Amino acid sequence: MEQLREVGRPITRVDAYDKVTGRAKFTDDLCPKPCLEARILHSTIGNGRVVSIDTTEAKKVPGVVAVFTCFDVPDRPYPVAGHPWYADSHAEKRDLADRKLLDDRIRIYGDNIAVVVAEDTVACDRALRKIKVEYEEWPVVYDPKESLKGTEHPVQDIKPDNLVAHTCALTSPENLAKYGYKTVDDAINDPAYHHIAIHTETGEQSQVHIETCTSFCYMEGGKIVCVASTQIPHIMRRVIGQALGIPWGDVRVIKPYIGGGFGTKQDIHYEPLNAWICQQLGGRCVRLELSREELFWDTSGRQPKSFDVEASYGDDMLLHARSIRGWSNTGGYIHHGHALVLNSVNSFRWLYHTNEVASRSEAWTVYTNGPHTGAMRAYGVPEGVWTAECLMGDIAHDNGWDGVEFRLKNCIREGFVDEFTPGGAVAAHTCTLPQCVEKGKEWIHWDEKKREYANQTGPIRHGVGVAFFVYKTAVAPFALETATSRVTLNQDGSVQLQMGATEIGQGADTVFSQMAAEAIGVDTEDVHIVSFQDTDVAPYDAGAYASRQTYVSGTAVKKAGLELREKILAFAHRLYPAAGENLDLRDHAIWDATGRQVCTLASLALEAYYNVDANDQLSAYATANVHTNAIATGCTFADVTVDMPLGKVTVNRIISVQDNGRLINPKLVEQQVHGGMGQSIGFALSEEVQVDPKTGRVLNDTLLDYKIPTMMDLPDLKADFVESDDPTGPYGNKAVGETPIISPAPAIRDAILDATGVKFYHMPMTPQRLVEGFKREGLI
Amino acid sequence: MAMRILKCTINGKPVEVGYDPRESLLDTLRDRLHLTGTKRGCEVGECGACTVLIDGVATDSCLYLTDWAQGKDILTIEGVQKADGSLDPVQQAFIDEFAVQCGFCIPGIIMSAIEMERTGKTYTRDEIRKQLSGHLCRCTGYENIVNAVEKAVDVMDGVVGEGTEKSA
Repeated sequence: MEQLREVGRPITRVDAYDKVTGRAKFTDDLCPKPCLEARILHSTIGNGRVVSIDTTEAKKVPGVVAVFTCFDVPDRPYPVAGHPWYADSHAEKRDLADRKLLDDRIRIYGDNIAVVVAEDTVACDRALRKIKVEYEEWPVVYDPKESLKGTEHPVQDIKPDNLVAHTCALTSPENLAKYGYKTVDDAINDPAYHHIAIHTETGEQSQVHIETCTSFCYMEGGKIVCVASTQIPHIMRRVIGQALGIPWGDVRVIKPYIGGGFGTKQDIHYEPLNAWICQQLGGRCVRLELSREELFWDTSGRQPKSFDVEASYGDDMLLHARSIRGWSNTGGYIHHGHALVLNSVNSFRWLYHTNEVASRSEAWTVYTNGPHTGAMRAYGVPEGVWTAECLMGDIAHDNGWDGVEFRLKNCIREGFVDEFTPGGAVAAHTCTLPQCVEKGKEWIHWDEKKREYANQTGPIRHGVGVAFFVYKTAVAPFALETATSRVTLNQDGSVQLQMGATEIGQGADTVFSQMAAEAIGVDTEDVHIVSFQDTDVAPYDAGAYASRQTYVSGTAVKKAGLELREKILAFAHRLYPAAGENLDLRDHAIWDATGRQVCTLASLALEAYYNVDANDQLSAYATANVHTNAIATGCTFADVTVDMPLGKVTVNRIISVQDNGRLINPKLVEQQVHGGMGQSIGFALSEEVQVDPKTGRVLNDTLLDYKIPTMMDLPDLKADFVESDDPTGPYGNKAVGETPIISPAPAIRDAILDATGVKFYHMPMTPQRLVEGFKREGLI
Repeated sequence: MAMRILKCTINGKPVEVGYDPRESLLDTLRDRLHLTGTKRGCEVGECGACTVLIDGVATDSCLYLTDWAQGKDILTIEGVQKADGSLDPVQQAFIDEFAVQCGFCIPGIIMSAIEMERTGKTYTRDEIRKQLSGHLCRCTGYENIVNAVEKAVDVMDGVVGEGTEKSA
């Protein structure tokens, strides 16, 4: 690959200094306290409706300013997903509107039925306890397959059968006919091949960002200003406008630094409610912060899913046909809806489709009375790849095949184009997966360990495991991909960079600065990025999700940067015509075609601002409308110790090796991989929102009962890469942010299988499930 | 409830501030003194984001009543930088080792690391993990945080400790 100047530099993060000094401002740090506080009253039933609410006593609590109930708010449903909106020309692509500010129709345990506004949170809590609610209660349904049988009262009237969506991608009859089959099932059941069927399940993982969901709203200049912890400020502005029924221009959203999002903050939660309260109270500043406990059931975790899989394969180690059917439980509200399980079944197909003659990817998304669910890092793909890898692990194990060799024979390779995607946009233009696997295999000492761990006995055993992954980059061609960037030359020759894309901890500000510097021809240190988004002035961008920003927003940065470079050179030519054509900008100066310095960039910048006859503030504003996609790949290898009587798995060594295209900043990509590995290890072994199926109530809504890994639960994490130069990325780059949370969990599953011979299908593999499995197999 | 006056030392300076006797030190620091570098993640002592040093001891300020802070010597993240503006070795190590992502848990972890650093002792990686296990971070997988703390305590061991060779 061609060496670039600023892209590829492992430079220090542009936000690190402010963050280690405590100076970086997050939402609550900016709140003008004391201000009004708002707290929500949640239902104590999981399904039914509010018959009446008596707020008389609550309103008498000293300090209470107002109590609003579900009968006071406008009857205007709005969509909450962090998806692009669509113009009338593509109105059919718009998200469903199924949420109200407060609702008398209770769909989930803890649904939002009233809100107290008071001078302080103590008064809020006291008043909440004094609100009397009369309910009409209906039976709760939590199992999606039960829900599909129909309920007396549909969860949402817009979907009377509780089915949000159903999709099925099948190999075409023409393609099946080539192999003498009429249906996909014919290929799966062909007696010339081995047949296997498995059922997998994945629980609801919670994002557990350390900053809770917070906003404060006030009115200024006749507009509602909402300062919020969000990944998607421009979408939030639109949704607040929709929810309040006011022009979107009357809403201004400000997004400061945020303390993690991982998908929660790709939904709109309580900011519209807060904006509405503020509007009711004459624009006084109101703060609404969710508690740690509320986050577990009143924002959106990963959708719980189950999958039925069938496959046929030959003695030549080649997959012949596979079928996946997935059911996803979206809970009482659609949020991100069907896109999530669609990602599960699609990624299942992409990863090992190379030799298959037939394939089925079918999925249902179902309304139930379960908690809110929505986007979480990698958006359905960890569940699909978990299932794909359970299947691969089982086949290799059952046939005594080497798991790496078997996977390499069947995995995605360079040139893959998904036949089911419109226009074939989802494709692996580059793929260094085999080299990634080679690196990982060597590091974990695969062959030696396989020999060492063979034929173990006793209660404590060791194993090594492997899993591969695929992930697409951004959301084209399924959804609109657009981003805008603005670059402006400052008086001193430095550059101001403004993005609609957001820094959410992933390092976006730093890599955008590097890409801008590369395009313009200056140093990254010369680029000043405006980190906060204020929708009144920030360019439009959908925000941080889908591992899209470095790819899509990066394309906008490159476009704007190249345009500014041209403007700088044209201005230099105008000022110094004698220097001729073909000027160059490098080393903070303008050079002519013979290599002679024309002027410094700083002096040219001063002329641009202050030249009496020809001043021109040099700036470029560019939108990128991206229609391509690029598949990123990689793998994880894990070495574990399994204490069977304790149901305890210790990850001793673990490595993820990835093809993310070209690394814009290798140290920042490494950071992403570490964090994703930690979250995946948590999902593999302990993280699950537990729901009482009778009431729909979340049982473990604290950080003591919902276990994310602590420093003592994780081993040293090893990240490595084999770069490729993707032709569609602005600088050869592909998805990064979400990719590392996919393959560690199934690699741990594979290592447990290697250690014990026991097959687990339900993630997370908690001590409970492990002990049950070892007992079932007679090992303890 | 009637307000009271807190008299204590915060970041080396004597402070007098009114407080509600029911309020946590975290709220007093953030809401009355505008020391917003100390973060609120759970309010029940589970996450460690609100850690400050009270008389040198790393403490969850969300669980510590302001009322108990009378006469105490409190250090927050805002008081860590030296008077000349230079960073504490822990802060510098967090930058150099790429230990910072969203940054929300970082001030709390830095305060606990400073408590360790100021003992002048050296720590193995396992000891660092154990010492800091009360801090939750969701971005980093802790890898670079452990690297940074290891580096910083080694630097300070050379300055104030015995400069011992690590065995592990």
